[in-house]
Amino acid sequence: MRARVASRRRSVQTPSRFRLADLTGEAIAGVLQRPGRSALTALGTVAGIGGFVAIVALSQTAAGQIGKEFNVQDATQVTVTDTGARGSSVSRTMDFPMNADTLVDRIHGVLAAGVWWPVSGGNKSVTALPPSADGAKVGLPVTAASPGALTASDARLAAGVLFNQFHEATAQDVAVLGKTAAAQLGISSLVNEPAVFIGGQPFTVVGILADDPRLPLLNLGVTVPESAALRLWGPPQQGTTAQMLIHTKLGAAQVVAGQAAVALRPDNPKLLTATAPVNPAQLKKSVTASFNAVFLALAGVALVIGAVGIANTTLVAVLERSSEIGLRRALGARPRHIAIQFLAESTALGLFGGLLGSCLGVLVAIAVTISEHWTAILDTRIVFVAPAAGAVIGLLAGLYPALRASTIEPADALRR
Amino acid sequence: MTSPSGEPPVIQLSAVGYTYSGPPPVQALRPTDLVIRRGEHVAITGPSGSGKSTLLNLLGLLDRPTQGKLEIDGIDLGHASERDRAAVRARHIGFVFQSFHLLPHRSAIENVMLALVYANVPRRRRYAEAMSALGGVGLARKAYALPTALSGGERQRVAIARALVNRPSLLLCDEPTGNLDTTSTEELSDLLGALHGQGATLLVITHNPVVAARAQRQIRIRDGYLSEQGSALPQDPEMRRGQEDPETQEDPVAHYGEQNGSSHARQGG
Repeated sequence: MRARVASRRRSVQTPSRFRLADLTGEAIAGVLQRPGRSALTALGTVAGIGGFVAIVALSQTAAGQIGKEFNVQDATQVTVTDTGARGSSVSRTMDFPMNADTLVDRIHGVLAAGVWWPVSGGNKSVTALPPSADGAKVGLPVTAASPGALTASDARLAAGVLFNQFHEATAQDVAVLGKTAAAQLGISSLVNEPAVFIGGQPFTVVGILADDPRLPLLNLGVTVPESAALRLWGPPQQGTTAQMLIHTKLGAAQVVAGQAAVALRPDNPKLLTATAPVNPAQLKKSVTASFNAVFLALAGVALVIGAVGIANTTLVAVLERSSEIGLRRALGARPRHIAIQFLAESTALGLFGGLLGSCLGVLVAIAVTISEHWTAILDTRIVFVAPAAGAVIGLLAGLYPALRASTIEPADALRR
Repeated sequence: MTSPSGEPPVIQLSAVGYTYSGPPPVQALRPTDLVIRRGEHVAITGPSGSGKSTLLNLLGLLDRPTQGKLEIDGIDLGHASERDRAAVRARHIGFVFQSFHLLPHRSAIENVMLALVYANVPRRRRYAEAMSALGGVGLARKAYALPTALSGGERQRVAIARALVNRPSLLLCDEPTGNLDTTSTEELSDLLGALHGQGATLLVITHNPVVAARAQRQIRIRDGYLSEQGSALPQDPEMRRGQEDPETQEDPVAHYGEQNGSSHARQGG
């Protein structure tokens, strides 16, 4: 203690200081010295930031998944529909020309195309036995289709073959059964060249479908060549519409849809309407936007709650620590030093909450992604932005408590 | 008011008074003159509510006088900017409080180092200076103990180390033994006496007559009025001369703040 007192004099003009390193140390100490309270205080920020990160990550992942699924099938399919604006006098199936398959096949990007329509009259009576026999009759949907339609629909066979251009050109009475229809009719093998009778008219069964992903109707009933259907039952009647199914290359659907009507009916394209799939990019954007709007609002509410929690706790801390404030003022702290200390502490709390929330948000997104067998997509920028957002929230939440702390008179504070 | 050597008093009050604004307004300290010179050990006693803490807050620059002129080390600080007052508190004044005011989550040495933060002492020097201050009060071996692990007397020693670590011009003690047992009170009195012996300027507010008796000067405050009782001779030759002044000797109980027409002589003239 020797000669300690009054042995060193410093200029009064040199103001008291609160260095950045000291401020940082005080802020960290303020958070760590009351770990339980800090953790509870940061919960709101953790929830808000965590929700924010999880929602953004999941929306990105979901949008990516939508695009992935969409590209596989729907993005390669165009449907051309007869608008029914004209009578049937000029064409075999309303307004589709006779050589519709060939015309559309010429368009760049088309893999296969064909016309089909449900034969009018609803389900027709179909039996595997001659009409004279006393066998069970089953009501099944009958579809007329060109060979190109079967190809375009990705029809997969369980047995036999699909009818082809020869059957079409010669209007052969042949049929392809759907898997369900074959089971209902009791036909499981084509070895004996079975026949079915549609409204009493015999058709030789040449194939049984295993699956038809693009025209599921064909799985349920009987499909016959369009030329035979026209011969027997005429063009589609009122209430039914002929359609063309076009299978395109990936990414070509939009272009093909724009050209199909003109290719089929250059004289009057308005007779036909081509429907392209929704643009995957637009769909992705739309889904992401709607997904984000709802859940980001929820995350925003959580963030506000978190900010209020930090503000409240910091304000309580100011009142609780008024004695410490008085001490610091007595030791030379200026009001601004007190304010910046509490601001730094609330910012540290927000940063802590933001860091923890980011980690939890990423973990939640990954867990959901794994459970859904998706591929996780996460913008890495969000991992850095989220903790910074937490810090900003903490900073804003600490403004009022810091102001209050800085205005406490040291003499009053030391009396408490 | 300077000594013949030209060195100003540590404290000089000129008609300093303090009135709480209320409502209703309360004049806690009557206009007062007071001089405390370097190296003096002054005790201020008085009943509760007499104005002791108000005086201490004014002397410690924790509050501003509502009237008069307050100088510390010759600098008028009564109405100075908060920046200047904070700078003086950081470097020229040490506080010791009755309730210690130690940060409960910080170790003894961290509590002492806190005083060095605002005094702009470089971080690399803080540990050594804090350890030296703790050693000065006999607590170097408990430097890393939390306040909760220390006795009352030890906590007050830590507080004294914190008050002294910046080598202040003035040590203000507000009831330093108020929360201590008899043994700790005696030890602390000895420590304060030792500090005074080393040249510290001490101003101690106390209810304890034993602590007060060890001071050179005892100033009693009652209803905002100050009055001084004779005590041991000051060590400072200048003070000794002051005591030998016939005017003062005629009226050893010097009165302060007699702005209301009292015939008592003013101290420190």
